[in-house]
Amino acid sequence: MLRFFLSRLFTFVPTFIGVTLISFAFIRILPGDPIIVMAGERGITEERYAELQTQFGFDRPILVQYWDYLTGVLQGDLGQSFVTKKPVFDEFFTLFPATLELSLCAIILAVSLGLPAGVIAAVNRGKFFDRALMTSALIGYSMPIFWWALLLIIVFSGNLGWTPVSGRIDLLYYFPTDTGFMLIDSLRSGQKGAFTSAVSHLVLPSIVLATIPLAVIARQTRSAMLEVLSEDYIRTARAKGLAPIRVNGLHALRNALIPVVTVIGLMVGTLLAGAILTETIFSWPGIGKWMVDSIFRRDYPVVQGGLLLVAVFVMVVNLIVDLLYGLINPKIRKR
Amino acid sequence: MADVTLSAVSPERPGRLKEFWSYFRENRGAVIGLYVFTVLVVLALTANIVAPWDPTLQNRGATLVPPAWQEGGSWSYVLGTDPLGRDILSRLLYGAQLSFLVGIGVVILASTGGILIGLISGFAPKWLDTIIVRIMDIILSFPALLLALVLVAILGPTLMNAMIAIAIAYQPHFVRLTRAAVLSEKNKDYVISARVAGAGPARLMFITVLPNCLAPIIVQAALSFSNAILDVAALGFLGMGAQPPTPEWGTMLAEAREFILRAWWVVTFPGLAILITVLAINLMGDGLRDALDPKLKRS
Repeated sequence: MLRFFLSRLFTFVPTFIGVTLISFAFIRILPGDPIIVMAGERGITEERYAELQTQFGFDRPILVQYWDYLTGVLQGDLGQSFVTKKPVFDEFFTLFPATLELSLCAIILAVSLGLPAGVIAAVNRGKFFDRALMTSALIGYSMPIFWWALLLIIVFSGNLGWTPVSGRIDLLYYFPTDTGFMLIDSLRSGQKGAFTSAVSHLVLPSIVLATIPLAVIARQTRSAMLEVLSEDYIRTARAKGLAPIRVNGLHALRNALIPVVTVIGLMVGTLLAGAILTETIFSWPGIGKWMVDSIFRRDYPVVQGGLLLVAVFVMVVNLIVDLLYGLINPKIRKR
Repeated sequence: MADVTLSAVSPERPGRLKEFWSYFRENRGAVIGLYVFTVLVVLALTANIVAPWDPTLQNRGATLVPPAWQEGGSWSYVLGTDPLGRDILSRLLYGAQLSFLVGIGVVILASTGGILIGLISGFAPKWLDTIIVRIMDIILSFPALLLALVLVAILGPTLMNAMIAIAIAYQPHFVRLTRAAVLSEKNKDYVISARVAGAGPARLMFITVLPNCLAPIIVQAALSFSNAILDVAALGFLGMGAQPPTPEWGTMLAEAREFILRAWWVVTFPGLAILITVLAINLMGDGLRDALDPKLKRS
């Protein structure tokens, strides 16, 4: 087991270095002089140019620059935002809980609907319910979620007036956001209506972000269940006269879960890509919107640092899934 | 490969294409997808003839005209007009051209690059293989849409750059699939016998092994095609793809955003076009998977 752990950690290091190389290269492969590009249309004075050149270290050899960058990254120094002048690292971790809260809600929604839907479809294979469900799953999987979000806004915010259009909570409420999770902070604040407001802001973005994962989980659960249901031990369980719910629920689902759990674990990338669109549409102050805004503002330290942190986050989650998977399924460890 | 005497002995064995079709036909969804897709392609190809208006022509006297069947609509603008008085139907038809073009472009770029690198990786000495696999892992650590977004920010926001950026983000999937297929085929007897017979590395790669690795790659190509259409629309929606007044579906949605509560049609139709196109391709993709690779068959 220890060997398996170490070998996974060992592959993590070169990938991490590669990711830092890409984010390091980013600012240097901008066409033209990066400082002129960063200055934008306003132009730049001679002195400011020299100052910035020293600040970014562009006047030193490229290897020295990379080494400085890498040691900075390892100490949590990713430079400062041009716009807010705050360290990129701090900004990321201020906004990250918002994205995490949204993504967690989405994945909980996707699992709690997708898992039972997949099981029921598999058990009723070929019947109406199965076909209706699989058709909706394919539609969900093909959905342009930015359009889906607009449709939901038209219906639920526009026509019905049930949900707010943007933000995380009503501006009426003000309380310290210690945890960064609006649901927890609003509960702790004890203000009347704050929690309800936070929930109502969360509903539409969660549905939008959950759509594709939900479809993937339903499809994956169904196919994993179908595979397990054709195994001999299921036939034995049935022949013994066990209740169908015991056979399907206990025997089959438990074994079908392994591939499903992997798929869920590997969905971080999908969720983060979805968060970019969802957060932009609902003005949700998280990492996705922060990255998009920075790209438009030419706030290159933020783009560079954000890119790195997002990639490292994806890598860490994948590593954890990998290790957990090895823990659950001893066959994997042997590789 | 099939030699004359063999086919004479068993004349009832159907041709490859026929066999493929008989499997494909079993999946009703796939057939529906194929029909819809064919209609869409024909419409896209004939957009200059079918479209009633020039897609960028602004008629200031007819802004935000509702669709024909709604009150105030007119049959000269079947799906209504946008805030600048441009015909939505015509824009959608020309938009189909762009979407298909970008989808095909992404698939060609990502698959040729990916297959080449994957073949090399599968046949290469261990150190080179390890390097290639690591590089692909690195690219896969970035969410595809984010990587494409940043690449477009560097290259400049045009449709062409969006296509290149998405292709770069998709390429690792083709590399991994090809490499895995090559590794499982490489030590089979037919490859060893070809090697013993004196086939060079290029022949081994492209003529002996590649044709036997194609099934999962084709399925992946279909998946990438639909995903590319979604992602290029997403980039357009974020303002980092095609720029106005190009009638690209995502860009159209972005332009229509502020009118969503006043004019439902400017938002609904472009999105519906994306959904139908992507759905048709995904339906076909499922059928392809069933027909080409019984091992991958889901039900």
